[in-house]
Amino acid sequence: MNAIATRDAFGHELLAMGEAYENLYVIDCDIGKSCKTVDFQIRFPAKHVNVGIAEQNAAGVAAGLATMGKVPFISTYAVFGSMRMLEQIRQEACYPNLNVKIACSHGGLTPANDGASHQCIEDMGILRTIPNMTVIMPADYWSARKLIDAAYHYPGPVYLRFTRDPIPVIYTETDVFEIGRAREVLAGKDATILANGDVLSLAMQAAGEMREEGVSVRLIDMHTIKPLDREAVLKAIYETGRIVTIEDHNILNGLGSAVAEVMAEEGKGKLKRMGVQDRFGESGPYELLLADNGVTVEDVKKNVRTLLQD
Amino acid sequence: MTGYSPQTIEELELQAAVVRKTLLQMIHEARSGHPGGSLSAADMMTALYFYEMRVDPANPKWEDRDRFVLSKGHVCPVLYTALMLRGFFPMEEVHNLRKKGSILQGHPDMKRTPGVDISTGSLGQGLSTAVGMAIAAKRDGRKLRVFVMLGDGECNEGQIWEAAQSASKYQLDNLIVLVDNNTLQNDGTCDAIMPTLDLATKFKAFGFDVLEIDGHSMEAIVAALCATRQEGIRPRCIVAHTVKGKGVSFMENVVMWHGMAPDAAQYAQAIREIDRVLE
Repeated sequence: MNAIATRDAFGHELLAMGEAYENLYVIDCDIGKSCKTVDFQIRFPAKHVNVGIAEQNAAGVAAGLATMGKVPFISTYAVFGSMRMLEQIRQEACYPNLNVKIACSHGGLTPANDGASHQCIEDMGILRTIPNMTVIMPADYWSARKLIDAAYHYPGPVYLRFTRDPIPVIYTETDVFEIGRAREVLAGKDATILANGDVLSLAMQAAGEMREEGVSVRLIDMHTIKPLDREAVLKAIYETGRIVTIEDHNILNGLGSAVAEVMAEEGKGKLKRMGVQDRFGESGPYELLLADNGVTVEDVKKNVRTLLQD
Repeated sequence: MTGYSPQTIEELELQAAVVRKTLLQMIHEARSGHPGGSLSAADMMTALYFYEMRVDPANPKWEDRDRFVLSKGHVCPVLYTALMLRGFFPMEEVHNLRKKGSILQGHPDMKRTPGVDISTGSLGQGLSTAVGMAIAAKRDGRKLRVFVMLGDGECNEGQIWEAAQSASKYQLDNLIVLVDNNTLQNDGTCDAIMPTLDLATKFKAFGFDVLEIDGHSMEAIVAALCATRQEGIRPRCIVAHTVKGKGVSFMENVVMWHGMAPDAAQYAQAIREIDRVLE
């Protein structure tokens, strides 16, 4: 299986969008090389701003550009693009519901070797509590490209989160993705795995292996955690009853929590949340960091089996 | 047009007195709001909305209008008053500051108030948004200018200086910063809370063309604004030395009036004092 980092998808899609959309802007914070915006900057200097190491200013500049009819994409790492400029995002992008997009590399534990300071396990949960904000993590290269383009067209603030390292390409160029609409990757009737980001691939492997064991697992790509595709969750509850969520994010307040909210209100179904166990990461290989948090193919299978036993 | 007559100055001074009376009425009726900083900014706001800025009250979203960012958003009564007196919305709104469902929120809300170009209220953020506007205007070849008013207290915020260096980098000569240097902030004097140091020197160091003026001399304000019309390569900063509570004797230089509404007797006295200017 081919593998590409979704931060590269961002770089490629920016070039395509730069040709197509007159009012597109990119705002860098001195990590353009790492966030893959350099080609855009070279090709479209008049649509590019680099504010230096000053993320709070980036958020404000983006808001100002948006009031002038531009569609700015702020590019930085997830930890800075969410929390360093959090109050600016709330005040200047979300409250006035301006067309500001925040597109971040280094989501979750994916900047593994950099350690906990550069990993970001809180962003999606924090941002989904702000009114008007949309929160997305694509699962591969092609869905990333499609959702970046969709974000350009989607009115209001949008947060997109990418991986630092290559991840399997699971979709094709012709696949269609819509913000807020989950995508069924595998059909199944015994249990449902709801996943987003690169760990969807891990869930896919687990679901495939379980199929050979005679267990029919539905796999859903929940690339958008806000607005959550409530219908997809309800179908999982009423058609399979058992749900596992998996995300490269704190299990608090991310995809698992969003799904749990729907299930609690329905009063139906059984849930296991997989993800970062409310603790900081450290430097090390990405797979080992996930394993520390119980996020492996074997763990997915074990959790599905446990739910099936009850 | 860069010339102005003594008559223009006198008219603006009288207009400023009306602005002061109206904003005090708003705050008095709302029983909350920020009179001190509204009054220190009143002369500059009058000059901006009744002399310098190109805006169209009948078409508040006119694409080529000059933009205004009230970074010190808590003094919105002076902005609302200027907009109302210019005809952006009816004078009846004077009664609706901070009321439920009102177009006049406690801090500026661009979605509700005609003529408000950006929502503000959280201090230190307005200059960044103004930089974004000025970059877009410049790159689109629009002649419009972006005016932003800062408080001296909010220059405590680091983001002001992040924004200032970016204004300088992008040579935003279409960006005009006005600093309402009234030397008081919420908890006390700026010197006691967090000394601003020499704001004019600081903005010069950040690459601005800086003018220092008496922020209550209408002639000085108008002259400074005219001077900013020259094209150049640097953003502009007018450091205006002002008096918090200016125009109402018992409010002048009194920290308490930062965020307190006058009661009926205080309001009546304030109006009497301002009426003397109008006579």
